[in-house]
Amino acid sequence: MNAPRAALAILGKELRAEFRSFELLTSTLVFVLIVVFVFSFAFDPSAAESRRFGPGLLWIALLFAGSLMLQPCFSRERVNDTLGGLRLAPIAPVAILAGKILANFLFLTLVEAALLPIFGVLYNIPLVPVAGQLALIMLMGTVGVATIGTVFSAIASHARMRELLLPLLLLPALAPVLLASTELTAGILADPPELRTAWLVIVGAFDIMFLTATWLFGEYLLEE
Amino acid sequence: MTGKYEGGAFMQAVRSFALSAIVFSAAYAALAIAPTELKQGDIQRIFYFHVPSGMNALLAFTVACGASIYFLIKRNVKADWLAASCMEVGVAFGSVVLITGPIWGKPVWGVYWKWDARLTSTFVLLVLGLCYLLLRGLIEDPERRSVVSAVFCIFAFLDAPLVYFSNRIFRTLHPKPVILGDSDSGLAPPIARVFLYCFIVLAILMIALIWERYRLEELRHEVAELRAESDSA
Amino acid sequence: MPAANPISESSKAPGIIFENAEKRFGSLVALRRLSLEIASGEFVVLVGPNGSGKTTLLRLSALLSRPTGGKVTVGNSDGAAQADVKSKIGMVGHATMVYDELTAEENLTFFARLYNLSDPRRRATEALEPAGLADRAGDLVRTFSRGMRQRLAIARALLAGPTLLLLDEPAAGLDRDGAAWLAGTLVRLRSAGATVLMSSHGQSESLTLATRAIEMRGGTVVADSGAGGDLGSIIERGAGAHSSESSTAGQR
Repeated sequence: MNAPRAALAILGKELRAEFRSFELLTSTLVFVLIVVFVFSFAFDPSAAESRRFGPGLLWIALLFAGSLMLQPCFSRERVNDTLGGLRLAPIAPVAILAGKILANFLFLTLVEAALLPIFGVLYNIPLVPVAGQLALIMLMGTVGVATIGTVFSAIASHARMRELLLPLLLLPALAPVLLASTELTAGILADPPELRTAWLVIVGAFDIMFLTATWLFGEYLLEE
Repeated sequence: MTGKYEGGAFMQAVRSFALSAIVFSAAYAALAIAPTELKQGDIQRIFYFHVPSGMNALLAFTVACGASIYFLIKRNVKADWLAASCMEVGVAFGSVVLITGPIWGKPVWGVYWKWDARLTSTFVLLVLGLCYLLLRGLIEDPERRSVVSAVFCIFAFLDAPLVYFSNRIFRTLHPKPVILGDSDSGLAPPIARVFLYCFIVLAILMIALIWERYRLEELRHEVAELRAESDSA
Repeated sequence: MPAANPISESSKAPGIIFENAEKRFGSLVALRRLSLEIASGEFVVLVGPNGSGKTTLLRLSALLSRPTGGKVTVGNSDGAAQADVKSKIGMVGHATMVYDELTAEENLTFFARLYNLSDPRRRATEALEPAGLADRAGDLVRTFSRGMRQRLAIARALLAGPTLLLLDEPAAGLDRDGAAWLAGTLVRLRSAGATVLMSSHGQSESLTLATRAIEMRGGTVVADSGAGGDLGSIIERGAGAHSSESSTAGQR
């Protein structure tokens, strides 16, 4: 079966499993909200402060939540050796990664869609006027997080202490995305809003580079 | 097994002595031969070890990435040994950079640490290198260890320029405290000579350390082979 | 006598060739240098104590595992042009390879899709019927008993009509009805000319169906009825080893 269709089939499986229980999505969303709330104790969220620190805190919260959400991605497949079942099938191994990257991208996007309005309310930041550009920024950053997150989840699944290892590996590697997305978000929420294209280039380069690297080298992570 | 490289304890001692001698000679050159820098004074002499360490660390990481790619394609286990050795020694040299940096920085900048592009990127890179070593330590099966850490090494290396450029853009668009101009933009001849000498000495040291580490990995592999053979007997 | 159906070269059941194949996990040698050939249509029973390398042999044959030395060729492919051969392989492993968080029908539909079967949903429901799981099709596998999960695992392996079957103790956990279904399936596969490699603890159907028996111990083949050994006695030894293992386990 060709790789794109296999990837979509796997995406379908991930969605079906998650939309039955919503365990992953709800716990991730709750965790993100907790982080956002706890951060409010670290600084006084006046209007100026919120605009300054808000974007950074938004992305840090997403990164933390993401690193927890991405952990079961491959460790779950060890339970009944379902990864073996996937690898037995006549599909390219990279399709397994692709399907999971798509699934994680969608899950993260859903968490963001739920988070953003709440964030806007809690920190008094108007998001609606810049919704379109904000969506672009969130989506591009999320592609990077989903890609690296899925690949590193596969990496960590081979190691001991994988629950601790994944956030450890993820956060430094995602530093460029964190920086770029924060700057882009800050720019778009500033008065007047400004889309800092240099950062878009960084995120775009990040996404393209790592999607390519995954396509080239990702399958080796699934070997036995 | 032995003989090809070691040549016994005597040769080992000779090599150690020779290495120590050239490293001390480089230190002497940096401390005594190089002229005193006008603006910074004697503290600037750290630069002769600080910058070459950084450059050599970067070199080591590059070789590690290349070896990792080669390993994934050809599955030659020696490439994996080389990658692991380069990463380990690279992390050591990177640590030298991040320790000598603040020592240099405090008298010159007034602060131990500045979040500028180079420092921040070096820090992130070092952390990624430590992650590589940590990852290797946490994977038990040697096959898996080699393959998985090779993929991680490639991803970490690809990340490096992005980390650097994102920090560069960040730090140039934001106002920052006045800093010194780049010390290695246009070196005066006496400084350049000492710098080049130190760079070469540190490169030799690094290659020697990588070789030692590589040899260790090779010996570990042989022990595993022997153990496997004796189990089957 | 081989089956009466004339089968073309390309649709013949794949054979397996081990050329000096070895599988190691660090200093643990799971499979020592092994050269072995399993021809198309053979029904091979694999016996030996736990840890003798049977599972490793099966996983290498499924192209799930890469040999650390030597080469394993299945059909005409050693892993390079894999998709073609993989669509013909059906495997029942130690683990069930099904998702607990999906229903039985969703599981089989998903795998039917991966195997590029037309009308995957229908194939899934059709596969559940003979496995005796049709009435539990809409239930989560999490709620299944051990025996039912094993039946689902077998149904999963048979889904795409495989011609190379790799079975790792397929009868484990099956109740009497399940075991009977498995036995019937094995008979059907045998007469259709499929290649079967099955690790077993000497159940009775093995004796009548097997064309060859291989005994393994400590990662090597110690007896092979395809190379001069006696089929019956190898299988009996396998059954004997199992009962002595289980009786000593009982004594502890």
